[in-house]
Amino acid sequence: MADADIIPIGSGGRPGRGNRRTTPSAAARALAGPAAKPPKKPKKKPTVADEPVTELPVTELPAENFAEPAAGEVRGEQESDTSDARTTDRPADVGGFDFVGLERAVRELFGAEGERRVAEWLAFLRRRLSGGYEVDEFGYDSDLTDQVLLPLLRPLAEKWFRVEVRGVENIPDTGSALIVANHSGTMPLDGLITQLIVADHTGRPLRTLAADLVFRTPFVGELARKGGATLAGNDDAERLLRQGNLVGVWPEGFKGLGKPFAERYKLQRFGRGGFVSAAMRTGVPIVPCSIVGAEEIYPLVGNLASLARLVGVPYIPVTPFFPLLGPLGMVPLPSKWLIEFGEPIRTDDFPDGAADDPMLVFNVTDQVRETIQQTLYTLLVQRRSVFF
Amino acid sequence: MVTGVSRDAGARCARRLADDPSIGTVLGVDVVPPRAELGRVRFVRADIRNPVIAKVIAAEGVDTVVHTGVVATPGSAGGRSSMKEINVIGTMQLLAACQKAPGVAKLVVKSSTTVYGAGPRDPAMFTEEMAPRAIHQTGLSKDAVEVEGYVRGFARRRPDVCVTTLRMANWIGPKTDSPITRYFGMPVVPTVFGYDARLQFLHEDDGIDAIRHATANELPGTFNLAGDGVLVLSQAIRRLGRPVVRLPSFTASSTAAVVRRARLADFSPDQITFLTYGRAVDTTRMRTVFGFEPEYTTAAAFDDFRASLTPGLTGRATGLLSLGLGALRG
Repeated sequence: MADADIIPIGSGGRPGRGNRRTTPSAAARALAGPAAKPPKKPKKKPTVADEPVTELPVTELPAENFAEPAAGEVRGEQESDTSDARTTDRPADVGGFDFVGLERAVRELFGAEGERRVAEWLAFLRRRLSGGYEVDEFGYDSDLTDQVLLPLLRPLAEKWFRVEVRGVENIPDTGSALIVANHSGTMPLDGLITQLIVADHTGRPLRTLAADLVFRTPFVGELARKGGATLAGNDDAERLLRQGNLVGVWPEGFKGLGKPFAERYKLQRFGRGGFVSAAMRTGVPIVPCSIVGAEEIYPLVGNLASLARLVGVPYIPVTPFFPLLGPLGMVPLPSKWLIEFGEPIRTDDFPDGAADDPMLVFNVTDQVRETIQQTLYTLLVQRRSVFF
Repeated sequence: MVTGVSRDAGARCARRLADDPSIGTVLGVDVVPPRAELGRVRFVRADIRNPVIAKVIAAEGVDTVVHTGVVATPGSAGGRSSMKEINVIGTMQLLAACQKAPGVAKLVVKSSTTVYGAGPRDPAMFTEEMAPRAIHQTGLSKDAVEVEGYVRGFARRRPDVCVTTLRMANWIGPKTDSPITRYFGMPVVPTVFGYDARLQFLHEDDGIDAIRHATANELPGTFNLAGDGVLVLSQAIRRLGRPVVRLPSFTASSTAAVVRRARLADFSPDQITFLTYGRAVDTTRMRTVFGFEPEYTTAAAFDDFRASLTPGLTGRATGLLSLGLGALRG
């Protein structure tokens, strides 16, 4: 008998014939009045343990018994209405934390300005944790890009590469445009830096077009989509342009990215000119963009071609430092960068069906290519040295 | 006549059609009797894999056939081979029966956006004209492609019949029981490491409304149906407030097998690729040609579904965080 369990009968001492463990019956609550609150929760464990228990009796009881709603019922309703109840203001003591004290501590530590920043940061963290942010149909996550990805890139662009930008006024303030740039540097850092530069100087996001290899690669593909990239193809390019975006494209692709160091600043073939037909179909201007400096970040002196074929990538670079120094070799060389945006090339005055005229498309492609090549030579002459 | 009424979607479609005063008699057809209440729907026990279905169509003078009998889960059909038989052979027999029946004037087929597959070479949005880019298709995705092939063949042979193919995004909602809802209902949600799929959902009520809309109007063609907007898989799971395990992709199929054995959810390989790369469809034609406006966006449909689940663990952490924020803002 000593180890017999004591099975409580009734509602644990409160009046009425309620047979539930936490909430007395409706009759009992009517007797006891509105003061019948659920037992105080333990610290640091808000609303976890007793939530299903409080919810259940409420749904069981017929509605007409709630002449005088008890505290348990109100809580139950709040909890079933999941996220809204969580995000709306609730009394500060519900969480079990002393939030007034927290506020004071934060204010003392960081000051009023710091407190605002902490609050913003917390708000960002909450959005990320609760999934309360918006993602567009391409998977572009502007919240993450503006708060995390671009700020991470900024020191690299400003302190490491000391990017000098010219001709930003050539990027239209409104409406869509196709920014076409040269590709170089073994790793597509030039794409990321251009994206940052455009975002910082125009306040508009640059949506980039990337190869399918990017989306096949774990992490890279995920981050690329969130950073605003999508598959380089006419469907996606035209869709982005029709929606009024700034779209960045590097038509040389891997041929430009993985060319040997000896061929630096020599533009490769510009694909099949798909970007020109996309621009023609949507009638948006093409802004040529010349990037100087990216060639020197990882000077490509060799290529492990057979290993690359085995892994299924276009090339595995050998730089003076890369396989030799291991991870340290992956630090890009601090070359001085110059980025110039050229005058826009209009595509809206071509006749209908021009996009399907291969001759015309090749001509415009060559024109864009020549413009970028000439600007590259001019910029190279202006640059005093590779690193300054 | 509505096929596949033993399952929830088919039964609800049949009920919805029966409630429509402009539609006379609604005939529900399936092999097993429906579990759900069918209301005014007359149930006929017949197998669409069997030529007997032609007699049913002829005897009842059926003028409209709504084919919702494409099974998505191998488990519920009793295995993959049985599922394939129901989907492909069933559709073939049904269409053969329709072809012989002069009275049939309309065919509505509930297909799925899985016909587009999922892969890294996919465009951001699929329009109705696009062909799938991913080659390796299995399971429902392959079945749906074959079913649509037969439907196109039928439309060619019987040009007088108005054929509507509805490519629907994954249905979601409190009443839907599908691999996807089971997946989100798991206490800990496994995802593929390093990938984040874009998802689109269609609320179950919208799906049923769309089928009714297609049945009541003359709208031949193929249409993508999905709620507006896109949710990313990680975002969806965060909204559920459930913890995530991110597993490398080579363990995906073994994880799926474990999950299947634990009877938590039923995954086929095409669902794994879907949850890896995701898929989104363009719904412009849904509005302009089909003339249908879904009531729920993808996010709203997902919220409605979430309300039917118990909140998960990380949701509580977020709750705490928002409280702290409220205090800081005063």
